[in-house]
Amino acid sequence: MTEKIKKDRGSFLGPFNAVRFLWKKPKTLRYPFEPKEPALRYRGFHLNDWDKCTGCGNCADICPNEAIEMVKIPELESRPREGKKDERPRLDYGRCCFCGLCVDICPAGSLSLSRDYFHIHFDTDTFTFIPKNEILDKEKFFPAGEYSVLKASLSHRKKDYEGFSSDLKYSLFEPERVMMPQVEPEERKISFIEQVIGYNKEEAKKEASRCLECRLCEEACPAHLKISDYIRAIYEDKPEESLRKIFEDNPIPAICGRVCMKYCEAACSLRIRGEALSIRWLKRYVADVINDYKTAMELKPGNPTGKKIAVIGAGPGGMSVAYFLRLKGHDVTIFDSLPGGGGTMRIGPPIYRLPLEAIDQDVNYIASLGVEFRFNTTVGKDILFEDIMKDYDAVYLGIGMTISNSTRVKNADKCLLALNFLEDNKLGKAVEAGKKVIVIGGGNVAMDVARVALRLQNIQHPGKEILTQTVSLEDWDILPASKDEIEESKEEGIIFNPGWGPKEVALDEQGNVKGLWCKKVKSVFDDMGRFNPSFYEDQEMLLEGDMIIEAIGQRPDFSFIPEALFKKLEFTERRKVKVDENGQTTIEKVFAGGDIVNTSLDAVTAIADAKIASEGINRYLSS
Amino acid sequence: MRELELYFGPQHLGMVGNFSITLKVEGDRIIEAAANPGYLHRGFEKLMELRTWIQNFPLVCRINVVEPDPMEMIYAMAVEKLANLEVPERAHYIRSIYLELSRVSSHLFGLWAYSNMLGFDTVAQWAMYHRDLVLDLFEELTGGRVYHIYIWPGGVRRDFPDGFKDRIVNTLHTIGGCVPDYDAAFFNNRLFYERSKGIGQISQEDAKRLGGVGQVLRATGVKHDIRKAESYAAYNSIDWDIHTREDGDAYSRIWVIRNEMIESVHMIFKLLDAMPEGDAYKKVQNPFKWKIPKGEAYVKIESSRGELGLYMVSNGGDKPYRVNFRTPSYTHGLTILEKMLRNASIADVGNIMISLYVVAPEIDR
Repeated sequence: MTEKIKKDRGSFLGPFNAVRFLWKKPKTLRYPFEPKEPALRYRGFHLNDWDKCTGCGNCADICPNEAIEMVKIPELESRPREGKKDERPRLDYGRCCFCGLCVDICPAGSLSLSRDYFHIHFDTDTFTFIPKNEILDKEKFFPAGEYSVLKASLSHRKKDYEGFSSDLKYSLFEPERVMMPQVEPEERKISFIEQVIGYNKEEAKKEASRCLECRLCEEACPAHLKISDYIRAIYEDKPEESLRKIFEDNPIPAICGRVCMKYCEAACSLRIRGEALSIRWLKRYVADVINDYKTAMELKPGNPTGKKIAVIGAGPGGMSVAYFLRLKGHDVTIFDSLPGGGGTMRIGPPIYRLPLEAIDQDVNYIASLGVEFRFNTTVGKDILFEDIMKDYDAVYLGIGMTISNSTRVKNADKCLLALNFLEDNKLGKAVEAGKKVIVIGGGNVAMDVARVALRLQNIQHPGKEILTQTVSLEDWDILPASKDEIEESKEEGIIFNPGWGPKEVALDEQGNVKGLWCKKVKSVFDDMGRFNPSFYEDQEMLLEGDMIIEAIGQRPDFSFIPEALFKKLEFTERRKVKVDENGQTTIEKVFAGGDIVNTSLDAVTAIADAKIASEGINRYLSS
Repeated sequence: MRELELYFGPQHLGMVGNFSITLKVEGDRIIEAAANPGYLHRGFEKLMELRTWIQNFPLVCRINVVEPDPMEMIYAMAVEKLANLEVPERAHYIRSIYLELSRVSSHLFGLWAYSNMLGFDTVAQWAMYHRDLVLDLFEELTGGRVYHIYIWPGGVRRDFPDGFKDRIVNTLHTIGGCVPDYDAAFFNNRLFYERSKGIGQISQEDAKRLGGVGQVLRATGVKHDIRKAESYAAYNSIDWDIHTREDGDAYSRIWVIRNEMIESVHMIFKLLDAMPEGDAYKKVQNPFKWKIPKGEAYVKIESSRGELGLYMVSNGGDKPYRVNFRTPSYTHGLTILEKMLRNASIADVGNIMISLYVVAPEIDR
């Protein structure tokens, strides 16, 4: 026998080594009297913070075992504009494998796993369970003193016992958006170059890939565009399909892709802990790549019905109603006093936000379907409303708000009005800008006006000292303009004077504008929450300026409607045209939509109104 | 003498796992053995064709309950190869440490099975206890004790918690400190030698010919380990040895396992020292939009049982078109086991089988 084998064989006495363990303490825990504390990341039963949860359903979508189902909760209300659904996840613990994918996909970060893992019950129904957290469900969660592991179950859980929870760094979604390339403030404020450059293909695909397809955006959108679907088509590099999806609900993607109020992005579930998907810019990307929609669209007007419809106003609403009705085979004629389509879009949003080519891209496609546009035709002057009522089977009023309001303070007649100023500039009329411009107003129109004025100043007075400032009743916290607009205006060097109201336009000896006397605002709204500004009469200041533009709101112009007919037109308490569920006004065969009907005053709501009215008109004409 | 057909398992007490062997015996001697693994067919490969790339990941670990981690690793590697993903350096180290921990826990489990089978109840209890200490580490790192669902495409699911390095070191010191006890009570024990020497012996040629991998191959003197041969994760960045034995019997295999376990502990210490800072995960595509370009990939790693392979085909969709695992237990549990059982005695069936370290669910996925 060699040495090695001897060594290998070992000794029979070896096992007796273990005898000394007899005097050691046992390692076994005497459960349940000595419970073992689970690790901090333990993956046990779910917790869900209902306040944070949006009901988006991503957890249910990712669950590999289909253990999660979204159920309606009667006591919750659905708030689509805020991206909140009245649904919450329900777990089936007969299926759950505690993998925690639901936690890592949860964009709100509301869902987490606790360190509880006991549930024993005779009733199998108790294994389906709607998780809440200890704040919402005080009866089921017990502090350490009152908690007993002997009673542990889904209805007897420990407080402050969160385990595996969400971590943005390791989440399954990308919280940050692809940066939209923009022209730098220094460069853009000296010209009318379009500020947003637009995504290229790679950027658009990457941004589209962030979409989780929860469709909260679609409920928030007034026109309910099939956002999820068109974003997916962009991701799959099929812009034509994407465009067709957009056109199902919105025939003006180039316009909306630039200036939409993007209710969708305010509801996007990614916004909660990151940045919302750039839905608007992605829509613009589709319109940009497919310059001529005809190459992508297979739409044809429906069989001719012989019915004639007049649309007054070629704005977003008017064009949309025309498009939807043309597809149904009706003959549609649009009247507009402007030399081109787009309505307020044509004159309002400055060129650096919405160039005319983009508007014409949408208008030309709608015209190519056979919609007749009669530009430079003012109803009431070039053609009488009575004649239209006689000649057409239905009339749609999409006239929008075309008259700028004035502050009507002393010498206010020396001021310019926002829409006139913007229109002249956009349609190429020469506009002289002063060296010191004051814009009255704090909304998006005021921002447009101020930024246009700043550009004109930079072009007309290069190298000279210039100043553009705004005055608004509203203080920073309630400034109605969008955050982006305010930020961009500041970047360009516009000075804000929030919380001041105009008192009087100061004139010099020659009667020229010298400045604006302002008084400090006490409050903008009264106790009832109505707009009713009050001022500190003793606090005044003089803003110096040689040009003042009022941008404090617009109102519609109904002067083209003959008085007898106008009397029949009823209005709501908020001075909006009253329409029924078909979009029909109180005048027979006259339908309406857009800014004169809704209080949102934006393009996409006008499209939503147009969809309703086009269905209504179609029903009216076929009955 | 009369030939007799004998059913061994799946209800047989000496059988571990849902597995059976039909033995043709003459007296106490086995003439022929036919392994039947089909008691635990759960259709994983088919199920995986119906789930998205990320949804498969809680599923794939369940193929091998004893050692789920290499399954996660190989799945992640195949996806990364197909989708051309990069993994951060730190994640490579974390993966290696995690896989070595898993090897230690799996070998301890194997040691429990083998020593228990031989009647060394005390040693078996030790091994089970020490395995539990490793599971505590897994629980802290991943949130799960058995199914960790931790390695996923792009890296790992969470970074080390604070102070985790120290706790790994502590636990491994505790286990390492007991090696002399294990040696005295089991590895250097005459009873162990007598019961395993020459049992289930296979020659190097046969082992190669019949597809032996892992310690079955290494116990016949072949210095082969995928971690060295086709290095992955961070195994290339540290020094370590492949342990071999010459005789190819159960005794050699168990000794290879013992030495490998100790080597793994040393590897973990080295990896912990060399581990860089940085990210542990590079984000992958949003799972609802994740499509992987058309292609096929074969990846292999060294599990605690030997070479584990995965063939994966993508046809450009959001789900794998086909996945096929090549598991070490497949050859060990079928061809090699059948070969070893020929002419063995009935009393040695469990001994041979457990020394091969067969995990039944791996064989018939």
